[in-house]
This record gives sequence, C-alpha cells and structure tokens, in this order.
Amino acid sequence: MDRFRCLMKIKKTFLWPAAVLLFLALPLVIDSNYLISVLIVIGLYTIIVQGLGILMGYAGQVSFGHGGFFGLGGYAVAIMTTRYGWHPVLALLAAIILPGLIAAIIGRPTLKLRELYLAMGTMGFGILIHTMFNEAGELTGGPSGIAGIPYLTIGGLTFDNDIKFFYLIWAVVLLVLFGINNLIRSRVGRALRAISESEHAAETAGIDTGKLKLKAFIFSALLAGLAGGLYAFYVTFVSPAPFGFNTSVQFVLMAVVGGLGTFLGPLLGAALVVLLGELLRWAIPLVIPGAGGEYEIIFFGLILVVLMIYRPEGLGAFGKISKSPMEKTPAASDVGLPESG
Amino acid sequence: MSDQLLQLLFSGLTLGSIYSLIALALVTTFNITGVLNLALGEFAAIGALLAISLYATGMPLIAAFILSIVLVAIMGGVLERAAIYPARRASGLTLIIITIGLSISLRGLALLIWGTDTYSLPAFSKGGPFFIGGAALNPQSIWILGLAVLTLSLLYAFFELTYAGRAVKAAVINRTAARLVGINPSTVSFWAFVGSGALGAAAGIFIAPVTMTTYDMGFMLGIKGFVAAVIGGLSNVGGAVLGGLLLGVLESYSAGLISSGLKDALAIIILLAVLLLRPQGILGVLGERKI
Amino acid sequence: MSKLVKKIGLTLLTILLLIVGLIAGGCASSQNDAGSAGQAKEQGKEQGNEPYQIGAVIDISGNSSSLGVPERDTLLMLVDKLNQDGGINGHPVELTILDNKSEETEAVLAVKKLIEKNVLAVLGCSSSGPSMAMINTVQNAKVPMVSMAAASSIVEPVSDRQWVFKTAQSDIVTVKKIITYLKARDLTKVALLYMNNTYGDGGKAAFTTAAKENGIEIVAEEKFEASDKDMTPQLTKVKAGGAQAAIVWAIPPSASIITKNFKDMGLSIPLIHSHGVGNQKFIELAQGAAEGVILPIGKLAVASQIPDSDPQKKVLESYIADYQAKYNTQPNSFGGYAWDAFKLVVAAIEKAGPDRAAIRDELEKNTSGFAGISGIFNMSPQDHNGLGVDSMVLVQIKDGKWQLIK
Repeated sequence: MDRFRCLMKIKKTFLWPAAVLLFLALPLVIDSNYLISVLIVIGLYTIIVQGLGILMGYAGQVSFGHGGFFGLGGYAVAIMTTRYGWHPVLALLAAIILPGLIAAIIGRPTLKLRELYLAMGTMGFGILIHTMFNEAGELTGGPSGIAGIPYLTIGGLTFDNDIKFFYLIWAVVLLVLFGINNLIRSRVGRALRAISESEHAAETAGIDTGKLKLKAFIFSALLAGLAGGLYAFYVTFVSPAPFGFNTSVQFVLMAVVGGLGTFLGPLLGAALVVLLGELLRWAIPLVIPGAGGEYEIIFFGLILVVLMIYRPEGLGAFGKISKSPMEKTPAASDVGLPESG
Repeated sequence: MSDQLLQLLFSGLTLGSIYSLIALALVTTFNITGVLNLALGEFAAIGALLAISLYATGMPLIAAFILSIVLVAIMGGVLERAAIYPARRASGLTLIIITIGLSISLRGLALLIWGTDTYSLPAFSKGGPFFIGGAALNPQSIWILGLAVLTLSLLYAFFELTYAGRAVKAAVINRTAARLVGINPSTVSFWAFVGSGALGAAAGIFIAPVTMTTYDMGFMLGIKGFVAAVIGGLSNVGGAVLGGLLLGVLESYSAGLISSGLKDALAIIILLAVLLLRPQGILGVLGERKI
Repeated sequence: MSKLVKKIGLTLLTILLLIVGLIAGGCASSQNDAGSAGQAKEQGKEQGNEPYQIGAVIDISGNSSSLGVPERDTLLMLVDKLNQDGGINGHPVELTILDNKSEETEAVLAVKKLIEKNVLAVLGCSSSGPSMAMINTVQNAKVPMVSMAAASSIVEPVSDRQWVFKTAQSDIVTVKKIITYLKARDLTKVALLYMNNTYGDGGKAAFTTAAKENGIEIVAEEKFEASDKDMTPQLTKVKAGGAQAAIVWAIPPSASIITKNFKDMGLSIPLIHSHGVGNQKFIELAQGAAEGVILPIGKLAVASQIPDSDPQKKVLESYIADYQAKYNTQPNSFGGYAWDAFKLVVAAIEKAGPDRAAIRDELEKNTSGFAGISGIFNMSPQDHNGLGVDSMVLVQIKDGKWQLIK
C-alpha cells in the first residue's frame, strides 16, 4: 500500500512536468515541418488569446478589434526592419509597444462603453487600424503588403527554421502562462475578478475599475502585438488581409470556445480552432470524396454551434482538475453582454 | 457641382436603403429576442440566391420571390428551434457566437449549392434610370426604399394596433408577467426568427438587381446593417431606417467629395463618434427598455 | 506551482493526442486518397513505377474562390488525362490539391504539408497575398513553385525568388496593351478606377508608372472595395474631371456594378477594363451595360477569332473542347493559368526527372517558345513569368461577345 502511495506521489510529481517536456521534445521526435508549423500557429494564437482571455474572462470586457493590434505588431516589425533597417529585436520591441500605446489612447473612451456598444466600439477601432494598413501606402505598401522581412536574430542566434521558431514561440507561451498565473493570484488579479463579478461592488470596495480595465486592455494589446511581430518574422511577409475583422472574430471565438475565465482556456481554444481546421481539411475528403472547402466551413460552423449550446462555458471547464481560485471565476455569462430576453 | 451633389445623394440613398433593410431586420429580432442575429446577412444572401435559382427554372418572378421568402422564413424558424432555443438561457455573448457559427455554416452551404459565381436578377421595373436635375436615379432604388418604408409601417402597425403585437411588447418588457397572462416568450422568439428570415430574404431579393449576389455577400451586409442599427439606436426600429440612410449618404459623400479609399473609415469614425458621444443612438432614448 | 504544471501538462498532452490523430489521419488519407490520386497509385503499381508527387495550394474557398475553383477543376481534368495517357515517362502523377481558404497563414501551413509529401513542385496560389506568403517557405525548402497570381512582386526580384515562377501575365503586360490603345487614339487624359486590393493596387502602380513615361495624364484616381455595391460617387468625380477615357482595374461583381453605374450615369467616354473581367459572367452581370467595353485579354476568350497560324490556336481549342466536355461550361483565363502551370511543371519533370533542383533549372533555362493558354512562355534567369505583350489581345464587347480589335 505504501509503495502504491509512493508510486502515486511520484506520478503526481513527475507526470505533468513530463508531459510538458514530452511536448517540448516533439519537434525532435516528429520529423514534420508541417506539424511543427501547426504548433507554431497554435502558439501564436495562444499568446493573443491569453491576453484576450484576461480582458474578457477577468476584466469582463469584450474586444472585436484585436485583429488590428495583431496587425500593428506585424506591421511594426515589417516597417522598422525593411524601411528603417532596425535590428530585429528592436523592431520586436516596437511591435509590443506600439499596440500598447494605441490601446492606451483609444482604451479610455472605449472602455466606458458597455455590452454591445463596447463590441461595436472595439470593432470600429479594429477596422480603422485595418483601413490604415490599406491606405497608408507609402508606409505599409498598401494592399500588396511588405515582403522581405528579415529573420529574427537574438545575439547571434537566427530563427530561420521551424524548429527554432517552435521553441521561441512556445517559450513565450509558457512565459505568458506563468506570468498570467501569477497575475491572477495577485491583488490585481483579485481586483479584476471582482470587476467581472460586479463592477458596482468592486467600485464600492475602492477598486479603480476604469484604470484596471484599461490596464487589462493595454496588456492584451501588448500580447497581440508581440504575436503579430513574431508572425511577421515567421512568414517574412505581411499584407492587410490577415488582420481584418474576421481575424478579430476568430480570436474571440478561440477565447470563448476555450472557456472564459479559465486558466488554460486560451490554449485549448486556439489549439481546438486550428486543429479542427486542419483535421477537417483531410477528414472530410475521406467521408465525401472530392469535397472541398465548402464542407469544411459548414462543419466548422456546426461544431461551433453545438459546442456553444452544450458547453457554453467553453472547453476550459473540462481541463479543471482541482479546486483552485480559478474555479470560482466567471464563466461566459458574466462578460458584459446582455442576458437573452 | 450641384448635380454632382444630387448624384451623390441619390447614390447614398440607394446604399442607405439597402443598409436600412438589414438594420431593420436586425433591430426587430434583437428587441424581441435579445439575440443579435449576425446570420441575418446570410438570410439575405440565401433569400436572393434561392429566388434567382427559382426564377431560372422558369417560374414567374413574383412566385419565385414569395416561395423564396417562405423558404427562408421556415429556415429562420428551424434555426431558432435548433440552435437558439436550446441555448435560450445562455449569455448574450454565447448567443452571438452561436449566430456567428450559423452564419459560417450557412455561408458554406451557399458555397456548396451556388458555388462562387455571381448572380443577378433583372430590375423589377423596366426602363433606364430617371434623370432629375442632371443626376441619374436607378428605379430599383425606389423599390428598395419603398420596401423599407413599407416594412417599417407594417411593424409599427403590428406593434401598436394589433393584440398580438402588444402581446409581444409585453413579453419583451416583462417575461414573467407575460407568461402569467399566457404569452410564451419562446413562441415569441420563434416567430421573431421566422419574421426576420422573411424580412432578410425580402431584403436580399430587392437589392439583388443593384448589388448582384454572391454566396459571401451576407457578411459585409450584416456588418453594415449592424453599424446602421447602432447609429440609429439599437432600441429603435425607426432609428434603424434612419441610421441606414445616414450611413449610406455619408459613405457616398465621403467617397465622392473626400476620398474613396477612406469612405469606410469615415463611416466607422461616425460610428465611433455616435458611440462615444451618444451611445443610445440618434433616435434612441437612454434607459429605454427595448422597442 | 505543481498544479499549474499539471494543468499545462494536461493541455499539452491533449494537443499531443490531437497531433497524433492528425498524423494517423494524414497517413490514412494518403492511403485511401479518393479520386485520381488513388487511381494513379494503382496504375503506378501495375507498371511498377513510383508515382510522381505534385502539389497545389489553391484559393478554393474564401475571397478569391472565383479564381480558385476553375483552377482546381482544370487541374483535376489535366491530371486525369495525363494518367490515362501513361503519366510522365511511365510514372503516374499524384496531384494533391489543398485549399488555403484565400488566407495567408493557411497557405503557409498547406505548402508545408505538401513539402512533407515530397512533392516535386508546388502550383499556387490563385491570388497574390497567399502566393507571397508561401515564398519564404519554398525558398528555404528549395521546392519549385509556380504561382497563378498577377502581382509581379511574386517573381521579382528574381535573385530572391529563384524557386518561384508564375503563369499569369504581370500587370505591366496588360498596361502596355492599354497604353498602346490610348496612344493610337490620342487619348491623353484618363481616369483610373481600381479595386482596393492587391489586384487593383498592382494595376494602379503599373499604370501610373507607364502613364508617366508615355505622357498620359491621370486626371482622376478613385478606388472602391471589392464588396461595394454602388460606385456612382467615384464615377461622379470622373465625370467632373474631364477625362477622355476611364480605365477600371477590377474583377466581377464590382467590375460589373461599376460598368452598370457608368452606363446609368450616361457617361460616354470609352470604358477600358483590365483582363480581370475576362469571363462571360462579367457580360451577363452587367446586363447590357458591358456593350462597347474595351479590354486586353488572353487569347482564350477569342480563340475562334485568332488566325490558324497562331501557335497557341491548337492548344486553346483543345483546352476549350476538353473543359466543355467535362464541366459543360466555358473555361476562363484563371483555369488557363492553372493549365499553364501544370503543363510547364510536367514538361520540366519529363526532361529533368524527379529532382527539385533540376526541375527548377529546367523551368528557368529551357522554357522557350512554350505555347500555353496565357501566351508563349520564354523564361530566363531574369524573367520568371516569361510572357510578353503579344500574350494579350485587345477586344471590344459587341452583342454580348468578345470582338477582336485589329
């Protein structure tokens, strides 16, 4: 019996770190640039959705404009490296700071809006930023975009292949995960949760809700910008197309599907949406020979609907293992949108 | 110059009446059910595509319209029962995501059936444009505007003059009270979706001769209708029409007088200005509870 | 802390499982691939020859799907025919077509998946953005890629794009054709209207440069969105600007809408479109307003009108006949780009064998006088498009049909 307990303890201590290590060893085991790229894309989206998760799940504010911040990061890197010859690391810093600045400017008035109006306002700013990518042709290359972005180099290490990028991006993802874990356990985290539960109550308790919401908004923009910058270094080409309203909706979908206010929701949501798309790409032709993207779109939509009907709290709820403060955090229903009816 | 301004006004009214129709359907459903139906643009696209296909089988134009409207209305009802009803207790955001999911699926379905081709319908009335003061006005624009005004009047008459309409209003204001007097909110929600299906399809058919129809036209229509609805005030049916017309005219003037590349941006700036300065919309009254 | 690690571990494990599923699924799918690919494998086994792999990333759904669908259909038709005729040097061809949903990130993932399948060459994409996004990947993996999109930046500068070719005429070719027309009729003041996307932007850039060189003044320059429903405001400015001709760079449906608006407003100056409207749909949608429109177009649309001596004549007629027999509709220039891309690659594999670098060299050095659908290709280390002004003809729309302008 003792031995069993001991085994269990070993298992408890080592199983999960082992899983993390196993995951990180993946690129060395699977010899597939395609699968590694899929994981890189999941990682990129996870970074954004993490920030969005804080904004939506903890501060209770929705944003349909994060595609724009993602793009600002991408364009900051593209413009600074190709037009002004900045060092990639500096350009990446710009990619983080620029969206943060813009978020600080537009956040104050926008976050006064509530519910659907907030959704509209953030959507509006997202579309404005996207229009700027198209219209500021001298700077952004217009609809044709900017090609020839150099690789990211950090102290002699050049990130020029998928494996290196995998480690870079997942290092960032894990860093963000640990950072957020600390954040939500801190005073700020508790205050944020208070806001999402009841803004009035939080205010009564002496929390400066406006300031805190703004901070969450800026934080999420910073992360979106970081992911955008990394995206630019990865693809080495940016154009306005991937940074539009559609992308913003996609991010919100990932956040909600993963589960708002759950710690791992963003990771699950990003992984599910990306993997679902990839799985459907090969699975559907097996069932319906000669089928193209049409079926993929139909199934994607249907799966989304079914998931939202039966799991409105998102997938993150599956991932809950033990009682933790996070469990008491709000589900989707507490994001500032009106109850039906 | 004055004929140029007039031309821009006509163009803006054409666009505006298109947006008005979508906004009208959006606001009506939203106020009755509390669901912001982002699949509405797809209702319009499918309505138009169905009518075009039925017309192509040799059916008279008017019969094709009516059949298409009926079919999309049924589709609206079925979707409400299948996807909205089971989630009726969910949050607003969840419901929005559900309608996004529906719109994605409907777009895929339309792509499957109609492919990527662009389709068009003949204009309802024969003959070229009218010329007023040197500016051309497309007769189809008058049809579209007419439909918007007609729908608005019908909605008004329904809500103010009929027992059923007042019952719906009651259900919206207080669910429990409505239930106590024998009105079932879920029945109301069902009929609201049937109605928005019909209205969406009608809008799609009326605008098809002007805009042409592709399987993916619903997305942009939905967004523009949404913006128009907010400008007018989400709680106000008349505001939806006004918001739509305003948005159309604004776009037209900014494209014609300022910059065609920035016209969408200008429309968005107006939207943001309305949101930040007058979030209840132009016609909305703050604190007013729906309808 | 350990709880945190546990949670992350669990999630990553889930992803791991899904990835395993993806691998397993990928294997399963390649084993019972439906359609031509499966057949190709069987044929290959009979003949004892390994099939050659070719990949394609096409915009089958999404914004550019009207380009991608005829391309896919053309490719499916061609690969079937090729395998029936015994493949390449006795090797059947296995063609894998992936949809990029007209998105750049998806295109990158799709091309990586193809490279894993050891394709000898990649065809695609249909539009410029996704094509541009794939370039870095194919350059690194050293896989020849033949794009079917218009933007000249896809193959320029060639020094950074050694592995990339394209079959659609670059904008400059179309522009030169239009300029010739304008100069012949002494039209020196023009209005330029274009779609606000990569296609329109490319046309605008090429036209603006060429106009300056040829002393043509652009008196009005307006753009519109692909989803716009009414372009009267833009045309109002054209009317006021005193242009002698209007040049429109767009594809349907917006190209058809602007043509209708043009007619409705009673504008009487010549209306010149780009090759983007080179399909019958444009004429149908414009409902009579397309009468008199002038445009440069590939020879496909006027195959029956070009002289028998034209080296492309035979190729064009057989493509039209085959396509019509299989799909019961006229092929368009987009399908033509796919035809060219496929045939160029097949020809190169035939001579160079199953070796990516050799195929690339073959494409670059020995593609000369290749009569395709879009024109006569003459590739060189300086030019990875290989099409000249003679690949286009000017047509006018009369009675709903393309009429060659001599």
